[in-house]
Amino acid sequence: MDKKQSVQGKRKGGDDYLTSLTQVHWSVKARPYFIMAPALLITIGILYPFGTAIFYTFTNYSFKMPTWKFIGFDNWVNMFTDIDFWYSLGVSLSYAAATTIPQMLIGLGIALLLSRENWFTRILKVVLVFPLMIAPVIATLIWQLMTNTSVGILEKFLNLFGVYGFPWAASSKTALFTAALIDTWVYAPFVIVLVSAGIQSLPKSPFEAAKVDGGSAWFTFKTLTLPMLKPFLYIALIFRLMAALQEFAIIFALTKGGPGNTLMNLSIRGYTTGFQFMKFGQSLTYVLVLWLIIYVISQKLVGKYLLTQKQAAGTDS
Amino acid sequence: MNAHRLHVAGKVGRNLLLVLWTLFALFPIFWMVLITFKSDSQMFNTTFWFNPTFENYEAVLFKTDYFKAFLDNIIVSAGAVLVSVVVGVPAAYALARFDFKKKEDLAFTILSFKFAPEILVILPLFMIYQKIGVYDSYFGLIWVYQLITMPLLIWVVRGYFEDVSVEIEQAAKLDGYRWWEIFLKILLPLIKPGLVSSALLAFIFAWNSFTFPLLLTSFNVETVTVASLKYIASDTVHYGQMAVAATVAALPEVILALIIQKHLVRGLSFGAVKG
Repeated sequence: MDKKQSVQGKRKGGDDYLTSLTQVHWSVKARPYFIMAPALLITIGILYPFGTAIFYTFTNYSFKMPTWKFIGFDNWVNMFTDIDFWYSLGVSLSYAAATTIPQMLIGLGIALLLSRENWFTRILKVVLVFPLMIAPVIATLIWQLMTNTSVGILEKFLNLFGVYGFPWAASSKTALFTAALIDTWVYAPFVIVLVSAGIQSLPKSPFEAAKVDGGSAWFTFKTLTLPMLKPFLYIALIFRLMAALQEFAIIFALTKGGPGNTLMNLSIRGYTTGFQFMKFGQSLTYVLVLWLIIYVISQKLVGKYLLTQKQAAGTDS
Repeated sequence: MNAHRLHVAGKVGRNLLLVLWTLFALFPIFWMVLITFKSDSQMFNTTFWFNPTFENYEAVLFKTDYFKAFLDNIIVSAGAVLVSVVVGVPAAYALARFDFKKKEDLAFTILSFKFAPEILVILPLFMIYQKIGVYDSYFGLIWVYQLITMPLLIWVVRGYFEDVSVEIEQAAKLDGYRWWEIFLKILLPLIKPGLVSSALLAFIFAWNSFTFPLLLTSFNVETVTVASLKYIASDTVHYGQMAVAATVAALPEVILALIIQKHLVRGLSFGAVKG
């Protein structure tokens, strides 16, 4: 606590210096913009197409044909009256739920188990990150080696329990489970790492006080640990949910959206419509809707995160 | 006595859960590396004991263009990180030290690139890239990878700059250093460990990128993530070669992760969790 205050003290002392940098001359005032210009130019150069994306949804532009014309809202009307769109929206949402929820629960659980310092947990904190570093496509490749019905080790493993020929990604009944399993294998470590860091940063004294008061483990967890971990959980949730809503690599490598259209989420449908059916304008409507959903949810969650951060800082002092 | 038993049971239970998760997390990697040494003929009738062979490595690395994809991947990922470091680190410094209008808006705009659906960026970009002739080129890929590497570097490095006390800069200014001299000679050496780790993490992210190289390159430039798809798609029974492709693509990342361990949390959370 003392440390924090001293840091703030330093900041205050530094304010004169900071304002001296910005209040002198126009060239000094413009300096930060000049320094940032290259970074902004490079990234905005890439984002310019984003603006054109909206424009193209009102055309019948196709990679197949040399000419195109305006068709008004046809693409948008087509999409909203198309049952496939609503199905894909459902896939995007259920995929996000089927991956984010288990990852958050596992992440929190394993991080709590890892919170006891000993040689075993110290090693685990290092090695459990490995799957997260592997490209999702490569992870899918690894799991295809494992779930292969002829040479896969998991088939042999399930045989021990009397299960034969579990279909994994080949059946529409188990495809979502298989994709979510791979997704969780890759990304649960992300939540574990973040929440572990959160647990390590918790102040010791409230927990000692709770111990003295004789609070049960569950009570301590509910009233102390969980509220104090909230900012960390929100960060993990934001990153995971945003990525899960638009997951492309794992589904594409696993089944390309199949079997049939079982795993055809909005990203995959956008890809299929644009690059396979060559309907460029139409494909953009799908991904724009996806972007809007992600944007709205992320705004909400970031707002909540900033709130919990303030609350945590409030109870802290 | 009873309480003691409960305590022991709890301890065993906890460790059991940890062991189970660890098996789940690490066995696939172990299995992948193991079967790289298995010949096609041993693939079906052996599990853990077999005569190891290097023929899969030979087949993938010398008889296909997988090694070229490996080199391509290094070129585009390292190129992307290099560009991001050169233009992103000064930007991070500006965000950390200067107070200017629209500062937070700019910072959040840069962050939002990370959350934009990649397909949404790719569809129009595919067209533009073909028009201006950078489709299927190192340049084109390095450029689009900025969406992956730049937000990461700017946000994480900004945090490292903010950790450095302003007084150090003031002292340097009194000594007659110009602002860019302070930046180059005083600040950069101070944040070097954090900067190097962020750059390596950005490299991992770029290395793992799949959607951009899949749709914005074809024959000239190929990354390992895209090249490995051939092994998934084909009905080949060369599972050993499939495993080699996965191993060659995955192991460099695991080794890098070990190097940057200490700074990993901070990088993964874009500076939100200091770790």
